[in-house]
Amino acid sequence: MIGSPFVLLEKNSVRITMFKVMLALIPGTLAHAWFFGPGIFVSLLVCGFFALLFEGLALLMRGCCFRNFIGDGSVLVTAWLFALSVPPLAPWWLYAIGLLFAVIVAKHMYGGLGQNPFNPAMIGYAVLIVSFPNYMTQWPGPVHLVNHVPSLAEAFDLVFAGQGSISVDAYTMASPLDTVKTLLRAGVAKADILANPVFGRLSGTGLEWVAGMYLLGGLALLANRQITWHVPVAFLASVVATAGLLQAFDPTNNMGPLFHLFTASVMLGAFFIATDPVSGCSTPRGKLIFAGLAGFLAIVIRSYGGYPDGVAFAILIMNVAAPFIDAYTQPRVYGHARGGKVGR
Amino acid sequence: MTQPIYSFPGGLHPADHKAESNGRPIQSAPLSPRYLIPLRQHAGLPAEPLVQAGDTVLKGQPIGAPGGRISAAVHAPTSGRVVGIEQHPLAHPSGLDDWCIVIEADGRDEAVAMTAIDWRQAPVWEARAALAEMGLVGLGGAVFPSHVKLESHLNKIETLILNGAECEPWITCDDRLMRERADAVLEGAEIMRRLLGAGELLIGIEDNKPEAVAAMRAACAAAGSDAKVVVVPTRYPSGGAKQLIQLLTGLEVPAGTLSTDIGIQVFNVATAYALQRAMELGEPLISRVVTVTGHVARPGNYEIRLGAPIEELIQLAGGALPGASGYLVGGPLMGFDLDSLHAPVTKGVNCIIVTHPALFPPRPRAMPCTRCGQCAQACPANLQPFEIFLYAKAKNLDKAQAYHLADCIECGCCSYVCPSQIPLVDYYRFAKSEVAARDREKQAAELARDRHEFHLYRLEREKQEKAERLGKKASERLEAGAVAADDPEAARKKALLEAAIERAKQAKAAVAPANTDNLSPERQAEIDAIEAKRKEAGQKETTP
Repeated sequence: MIGSPFVLLEKNSVRITMFKVMLALIPGTLAHAWFFGPGIFVSLLVCGFFALLFEGLALLMRGCCFRNFIGDGSVLVTAWLFALSVPPLAPWWLYAIGLLFAVIVAKHMYGGLGQNPFNPAMIGYAVLIVSFPNYMTQWPGPVHLVNHVPSLAEAFDLVFAGQGSISVDAYTMASPLDTVKTLLRAGVAKADILANPVFGRLSGTGLEWVAGMYLLGGLALLANRQITWHVPVAFLASVVATAGLLQAFDPTNNMGPLFHLFTASVMLGAFFIATDPVSGCSTPRGKLIFAGLAGFLAIVIRSYGGYPDGVAFAILIMNVAAPFIDAYTQPRVYGHARGGKVGR
Repeated sequence: MTQPIYSFPGGLHPADHKAESNGRPIQSAPLSPRYLIPLRQHAGLPAEPLVQAGDTVLKGQPIGAPGGRISAAVHAPTSGRVVGIEQHPLAHPSGLDDWCIVIEADGRDEAVAMTAIDWRQAPVWEARAALAEMGLVGLGGAVFPSHVKLESHLNKIETLILNGAECEPWITCDDRLMRERADAVLEGAEIMRRLLGAGELLIGIEDNKPEAVAAMRAACAAAGSDAKVVVVPTRYPSGGAKQLIQLLTGLEVPAGTLSTDIGIQVFNVATAYALQRAMELGEPLISRVVTVTGHVARPGNYEIRLGAPIEELIQLAGGALPGASGYLVGGPLMGFDLDSLHAPVTKGVNCIIVTHPALFPPRPRAMPCTRCGQCAQACPANLQPFEIFLYAKAKNLDKAQAYHLADCIECGCCSYVCPSQIPLVDYYRFAKSEVAARDREKQAAELARDRHEFHLYRLEREKQEKAERLGKKASERLEAGAVAADDPEAARKKALLEAAIERAKQAKAAVAPANTDNLSPERQAEIDAIEAKRKEAGQKETTP
């Protein structure tokens, strides 16, 4: 028998929470399609298919109430975040491998919903960038810069049948972060790098808009109280502070804070990935520390690491520390004096 | 100067459903033919029956005496005949039967002589002593004996808080009482203030009860009282004693202490009203106002004698409408399911809600916790409820306690907001009862160990004493026969005896209070059993 309370908040469930997160991802996804072609829709579909397939298989293998979990939407959020992190128009098996690790290994092998110590989408991304770095750098270029923008039908062909008649060089371009990494290493002056047409006003052309739309979606989640301010504010503030410091110390070899702030992965990380409650911190102070260190690590990895981007690695590293941080940042409980005033 | 209002963390704004029942005046219930007066209607020890089957009783006559310091008397609600003392189902979360005095009413409703207490003139001790016989308990739901709360306290009570917040949805009995009988409520509070020697009287009322606020303010003005009516924002659980204290004074009650330790005492408005009747009319607690609402024809508030069947209360409200699915006692956030409609109205029953699946949809199947933290944001005690839940589920009681399980007030805010629909409070109740059971077991094991060790010590001591006694006797005999010193046999015996005495002395010097060496197999088995029990109780093993 279940005791009090006998009333529940209406329209409140894991499924609805996941649905709201997906709604908040729509503006960024549409911006991506607008600036980089409709290929993202194909990769979203393929990722959604594989995610549900692996989720269903894992639930059946675990023998734990398939019907209650298959519709909870959590795996679709994972698939969506994963699809936004890997290049569209990659071969289908790349998505399959990434999601196999994300869903089966990172999520279900640890006990499924609510049990994963790492963000599943980021695990899938990390496996791919370590294993298939060449595919992971083939991002479609902005539609106004590339020779050819694959249509939806061509995108399906590219994903399922391989290159065919379209050459990779016709639609892909080095991403702004890739460009920065390779050219700075090659000793090209920063002003010359920024003259590259792939850069826009703040960061990558088109990408800065995608970042802006992620910001918009994230603010909607914040307004709807699906997330608290702690993680995005600490993450973005830390990105700005770290990038600002690095630029101040070595202006020739580091990009400025605005460039880093308006990269898509930073905004996606701040509002959608570092805010994952399962793998992140739960206490208010813990969230600040977690996200602050994640933002710092992201910029340090970007600036000094071997990979062009560092957001995924930064968040995965901080996932390890999250339980520890939580344990040491417990808020003061009513009636307990620690750090507060109790009694008269 | 206006009274400042502070805030408490977390809380909820559930649909309040007050309008269903707060529109009509309190109605008096007619007499019932039969009353069940449970001996345990309060926190503490049950009352001890003063009557037996066949006795005739009068309205207001004590039929159960307080069973201890923390206990309360019970009284006959009307005149009639005691037909027995029987076990009956009660309105209690346990759902267990308990002893009740069964009274058949004679319909005359004759009362015992009731004498008012001149509380303005009489010494405080006299008023307190009179109160102890009146069966007064906290009517807000906690049913703690009121006379205990009104005793003199170690700390001076500076602030008396009257709780008129009534923050649970659906319940309106305090609202109606304040609207209709504000003068009596205020007078009851003033009596409390005098008994406690409190300086300040604050009356906290949520802002969704403007009529009650106006009535209480008018009563204060009419009585020339300096009591302050403080309007607090409507947010559940503002009526929790700790939360109301925080709202009105900004103070937190330190963990493990009582509000009186910081000079604050809190009473419900209905308790103040009952106290006023006890003092001014000499009437013990034999009736109360109960809200009947939900899926009934005529929701409202009814003043009913204690002991009347809850079924009659529902009939007064026009009966349950078709499709009713059950009955709740108390509010929907902290109340409980009623198993039997034959259960009597008791001192703690403030509200009966007739449920319907549309009003109270069944709780969906729980999903796993995603640590989303909605519960932590809603918790008025600033706990991390999901951590306590996860540890309670894993039966890791030490960790659950480390995350302050004991500070949970079971208000239900966390369960209400949980997107995974986990019945969190049930897990806390479970963990709390497990902790209590473990503590009891630990105490019992410690007691058994102490007894056993003393038993071993005593056996050892007796052995020593016997050896000493024997040695002494032998040496006396030896000294008496010292003349035959050259007898070689006697010399040999003397040497043997001296050696025995020496051994006894050494053994006495070496005696330890907990010597468990050289035990018989039975004793060893006994000790092993105790050790196993202690291990089970989770205590760290120490070799005695």
